[in-house]
Amino acid sequence: MLGLSQKDTRFLFIVIALTLLTPFLLNPFPTDSALAQFNAGYPALMQRFAIYGLMAIGFNILFGLTGYLSFGHAAFLGVGSYAAVWMFKLLSMNVLPAIIMATLLAGLFALVIGFISLRRSGIYFSILTLAFAEMSYRLAYSVFTPVTNGESGLQLGLKDPRILDAPLTSASLPVPGLFGLKMNSSWTLDLGPWDFTFNVGYYFCAVVAILGFYLSLRIFRSPFGLMLRAIKSNQNRLNYTGLNSRPYTLAAFVISGMYAGLAGGLLAAMDPLVGAERMQWTASGEVVLMTIVGGVGTLMGPVLGAGFIKYAENIFSKINESILHSWFSWLPDGLEDAVVWIFARFVGEGWHLTLGLMFMVIVIALPGGLVEGGQRIARFLRRKSDDSAATTTPAE
Amino acid sequence: MSKMNFSRRGVLKTGAVTGAGLALPTIFTSSASAYTNEPTGSSVKFGFNVPQTGPYAEEGLDELRAFELAVQHLNGEGDGGMLNTMSSKTLGGNGVLGKKVEFVTGDTQTKSDVARASAQSMIQKDGVVMVSGGSSSGVAVAVQSLCQEAGIIFMAALTHSNDTTGKDRKANGFRYFFNAYMSGAAIAPVLSSAYGNERRAYHLTADYTWGWTQQESIAASTEALGWETVSNVLTPVGAGDFSSYIAPVINSGADVLILNHYGGDMVNSLSQAVQFGLRDKMVNGKQFEIIVPLYSELMAAGAGSNIQGVYGTMNWNWQLQDPGTQAFVKSFGEKYGRPPSGAAHTAYVQTLLYADAATRAGTFEPCQIGAALEGFEFDGMGIGPTTYRAEDHQCFKDVLVMKGKDSPANEYDTLEIVEVTPRAQVEYAADHPMFGGAEASLGECNNG
Repeated sequence: MLGLSQKDTRFLFIVIALTLLTPFLLNPFPTDSALAQFNAGYPALMQRFAIYGLMAIGFNILFGLTGYLSFGHAAFLGVGSYAAVWMFKLLSMNVLPAIIMATLLAGLFALVIGFISLRRSGIYFSILTLAFAEMSYRLAYSVFTPVTNGESGLQLGLKDPRILDAPLTSASLPVPGLFGLKMNSSWTLDLGPWDFTFNVGYYFCAVVAILGFYLSLRIFRSPFGLMLRAIKSNQNRLNYTGLNSRPYTLAAFVISGMYAGLAGGLLAAMDPLVGAERMQWTASGEVVLMTIVGGVGTLMGPVLGAGFIKYAENIFSKINESILHSWFSWLPDGLEDAVVWIFARFVGEGWHLTLGLMFMVIVIALPGGLVEGGQRIARFLRRKSDDSAATTTPAE
Repeated sequence: MSKMNFSRRGVLKTGAVTGAGLALPTIFTSSASAYTNEPTGSSVKFGFNVPQTGPYAEEGLDELRAFELAVQHLNGEGDGGMLNTMSSKTLGGNGVLGKKVEFVTGDTQTKSDVARASAQSMIQKDGVVMVSGGSSSGVAVAVQSLCQEAGIIFMAALTHSNDTTGKDRKANGFRYFFNAYMSGAAIAPVLSSAYGNERRAYHLTADYTWGWTQQESIAASTEALGWETVSNVLTPVGAGDFSSYIAPVINSGADVLILNHYGGDMVNSLSQAVQFGLRDKMVNGKQFEIIVPLYSELMAAGAGSNIQGVYGTMNWNWQLQDPGTQAFVKSFGEKYGRPPSGAAHTAYVQTLLYADAATRAGTFEPCQIGAALEGFEFDGMGIGPTTYRAEDHQCFKDVLVMKGKDSPANEYDTLEIVEVTPRAQVEYAADHPMFGGAEASLGECNNG
């Protein structure tokens, strides 16, 4: 179905089901329990899972298929966000023109940056993209302040023209929406001690992310995808066959840039304020981390990696010493302080340390990322069942 | 290209699923409640959103210490600190409105995106009624507008840019800290008496909004004295090495260097300017001087002996002798073994002011708390009588002019108070052009 093999169709449906059930999956603990600290099913974080998942999917088309490691994808994310907010300011609060413009403008940027950067490969390409992204960040931070509003960030104003929308009736800022359906409206389902929040913005992001995932699936399975893989395995050999590989790498670069722009547009649609930090090199590095942690070149890996890193950033960084004290209050006093002190190094302001350690473990023990971990477990289980099958039905 | 197989059944199925997907959201409605995160149990939650990593982490961690202390005092633990000296006597150490105060913390990393994500998680997941924090004006402005949209009160802590209560002011946001304009207005007369009225100033300015507003404010105040602004050079944030910016100062004919830098940048640029021997030079027959308009204890500690004799301004300093300051410094010192920084003071005071406003309003409803804070006059929290101006939610109070101490007695004793500039001297109209002019408006308060 949908031009996919049966296996891929099943895969796609599993992804769709997981995405739609996210509000349940991320809120496994009752709201008042001590473990509610680890719940992640609130709208803002679910939206980020979908959005950064989408960005990582796009990044994987470049990095996973062609092997070109771009360190500048945050620039496209930022360009997309600025474009979207400007559409909100000038045209309409409808999210569709905003995310379309975000995708197109990011694509244009990617075309220019890619055209120049792709003249080199390997580390030189990475450095060039990094330089472009850092340049964009610095420009957005200072010189382009009339466009980007510098450090304060570009935000909506009451006096913006918004030529397609009806004039504002109240003195509060309008909310981005889809034909009147507001992105920030939510509906909470109380199920005994559990609360599940269903948010319009999240489902909008989820639908866009699924479409993005489907497109990436098609690219992976297409002859074009095969060509990109050929570039990764040996670009020289490909060139010697008389084939010009640069249009292919440029296409991959622009496509992944457009994914990043779309993700940026969605970020702005969920929360219409853009700061220049969105383009900083750390943000570019984060996407690389996501892809590597999840599994480079796999379809599902980048999404898992994005979820993993955003979860660590938002959940671990909020565990502070007083929460730790409440967890370990059953220990004797001196021991409690010692245990809390040790744990406090890894949560709260120390969450980067946790992330770093996990990154090291994954890169050293599971070079294929989380996906490889999952495959190993699956293989282990299968071998076990094979073994038991072998014993029950002997060869003869 | 691969083949597209559209079976009739497939198309029907997809159509049905899409239709259901599109119809689904129409059943969503915002759940009905009087206001966002109305506390229903026996406790109420505050959110403290500060940089715990990154360039302003030092300030952020000090703010966090103060927040924790404030919550303790509100819940009746410890010695009560400023609860006893505050002019409004509504807080009795039994929580706020009979509810025990709890708090959650977040790391802003000094990035507006991360700060907003963290604030959103506090609001949506933890159900806080108030968010406080800051340490960078960009972050404060970003979180302030988020709180405005969500219907939460934002009590800005460390943010010095004119914009926070200027062109980006919001009905749900309140700032106790002073701003760049006040720094300029306070420091100018001191500079005039110390260095005379015929000086040529060279500005090095951090290249972003805070730096620009501060440079604009300081240049305006010093030019009013008769000083000449020779040049204003913008430097990238986090440059680390400022020598290439300092070398041209020597031949520019300027006799004063004004460093509109903050945090690590200020420590580096000041140290390098001193290393270049600028302060030993005589230009135009006058001793060359350096000025750092915005000081903090943490920066002063970082710059070491280089700050000796350098003028700057502060919102508050632990060396003040009023009862409020003494009570706060005592309880902070007993708990953490060090004097609080100005950032910590602001964080502490803002938490208490919120709790007091909620008690006076008799509710946690943002609009009523806003009304209780607007035009509120109070005293006993350090630095004399203070007013929360209703037009822009900026606090007006005296401003300290500081000078690096020549012979510090210990590691915290780095600055001395030169003058307490009276409040009348730093006041300005709410529609001042540096603050967004007549265009700027608070908008409507939002209950969510």
